[in-house]
Amino acid sequence: MKTEIDYAALGVFLFFFVLVTLLGFVAAYWRRPKTLAHIDEWGLGGRQFGTWITWFLVGGDFYTAYTVIAVPALVYATGAFGFFALPYTIIVYPFVFAVMPILWKVAKDNNYVTAADVVHGRYGSRGLELAVAATGVIATMPYIALQLVGMAAVIQALGLTGELPLIIAFLVLAFYTYSSGLRAPALIAFVKDVMIYIVVLVAIAIVPFKLGGYGAVFQAAQAAFEAKGSGGILLAPAQMVPYASLALVSALAAFMYPHTLTGIFASRSGDTIRKNAMLLPAYTLLLGLLALLGYMGHAAGLKLSHNNDVVPALFQTLFPGWFAGFSFAAIAIGALVPAAVMSIGAANLFTRNFWKAYVNPQVTPAGEAQVAKITSMLVKVGALLVIIYLPTQFALDLQLLGGLWILQTFPALIFGLFTRFFKAKALLIGWAVGFVVGTYLAWSDGLKPLHKLVYGDWNVTLYVGLIALTLNILVAAILSLFLPADRPLEKDLQAPAT
Amino acid sequence: MSPIWLLLILPYIGLLWVPFYNHADPEFLGFPFFYWYQLAWVPITSLLLFFVYRSLQRGGRISHED
Repeated sequence: MKTEIDYAALGVFLFFFVLVTLLGFVAAYWRRPKTLAHIDEWGLGGRQFGTWITWFLVGGDFYTAYTVIAVPALVYATGAFGFFALPYTIIVYPFVFAVMPILWKVAKDNNYVTAADVVHGRYGSRGLELAVAATGVIATMPYIALQLVGMAAVIQALGLTGELPLIIAFLVLAFYTYSSGLRAPALIAFVKDVMIYIVVLVAIAIVPFKLGGYGAVFQAAQAAFEAKGSGGILLAPAQMVPYASLALVSALAAFMYPHTLTGIFASRSGDTIRKNAMLLPAYTLLLGLLALLGYMGHAAGLKLSHNNDVVPALFQTLFPGWFAGFSFAAIAIGALVPAAVMSIGAANLFTRNFWKAYVNPQVTPAGEAQVAKITSMLVKVGALLVIIYLPTQFALDLQLLGGLWILQTFPALIFGLFTRFFKAKALLIGWAVGFVVGTYLAWSDGLKPLHKLVYGDWNVTLYVGLIALTLNILVAAILSLFLPADRPLEKDLQAPAT
Repeated sequence: MSPIWLLLILPYIGLLWVPFYNHADPEFLGFPFFYWYQLAWVPITSLLLFFVYRSLQRGGRISHED
């Protein structure tokens, strides 16, 4: 890694950063609402985003900046195993297509803003609502922190030292999110996604050309793994089941997060969501090609102190300064979009399912918007403090646990859309069992995502989240047999026919 | 429940049955089978979704308005 300042790179970077900052503030006037002082407007952009805006927004906040840094880093370090992100981001879409339009409709018909709103309406249970809301908030916090890690990686590569650049970038983000709400990341996502597409397409065309073609890239990577004695460009037999379980469970968890659900709830119609399920895989193709940058790092013979440096170092080595600056700007702006949507999603949860539920049930829509705005600020400041004062590994570990935790809300949120069999108390106990057992297993394994189940001389290694979710569903199903029916609150009590 | 929905199970089978594609051969444009096979599922999944979408529309099960 070079660390002296390259002024061409820095100039291009600053130009784009200032551009999106202006966009963020202008966004308040984009598709002008009558007033932004309403949580539907501030927190969901007025539920009127059509197919293209949703495509950019969800693409921008599901495929995060951290992804751009971390997936190639994982592939660089472990080889084929890091590719689980590819099957994961393919099989998520049939699920989105089949389930999310139904969830959207329930939210739209009842003016729900969050997943916990949906659960509360469906089961009439404050306890289950609180479990879903709290899980959403704590799973989102480390995720925001990791966006900062992605941003810090490129800011360092530009040769800027210290924490000040990161703090400035984040404060700017906090202010325009405060004033414009979800419209800001939606508008910025256009710029960011186009930039990322340009960067990746140039990289996958030019880099192999400089390194002697894809065949050579794969050979160089295999040679590097053999020299290292671990990893490889194919999975070891023992990695196959973990690979599949990680892909499946990640796909189930992906749209339980507040930021991805915010993108769903902000859509104009169920049809918008269906079309997006067909169109969003374009980003998956991009992600798969991006992952190959990890192998290109080996082919280019990079010597790295951190795996996370593979993408910035590769761009610095192979691109002219101005294009490296453009790439870094794309990644840094790529951190702003998900960080903004995540903080909005967490703020919506706090406002609706804590403030309105327990502090001030009479709060007006304008009051809700105000609480959400302030909360979004606090959430971002919290994430910033975590990154500055705590080791990065802490955020990484928490993010891993966050995936496990958010997955435990799946039964509560999704099952009720299709059946009345599950009862609130049973789901709440199932959630607690999955949460506690999953956390304990991950913790006792030294915060590793994979757990080995041993039964006599038979054993299998699975993603911890899958074990926890299975327990969660089993407990919820068995207890539901013995519990009386719940009393739902909402108008629409019919599980929609499909 | 229309049987057309069953098409959406195919990507799960194709991608979660890992032993089927954890091989280097046949290579394609320098890509080992493991890589191009998984990448190929991206357009295939999009097409399957499109197919299901169109047939649901024709069957009047979904509309632009919902």
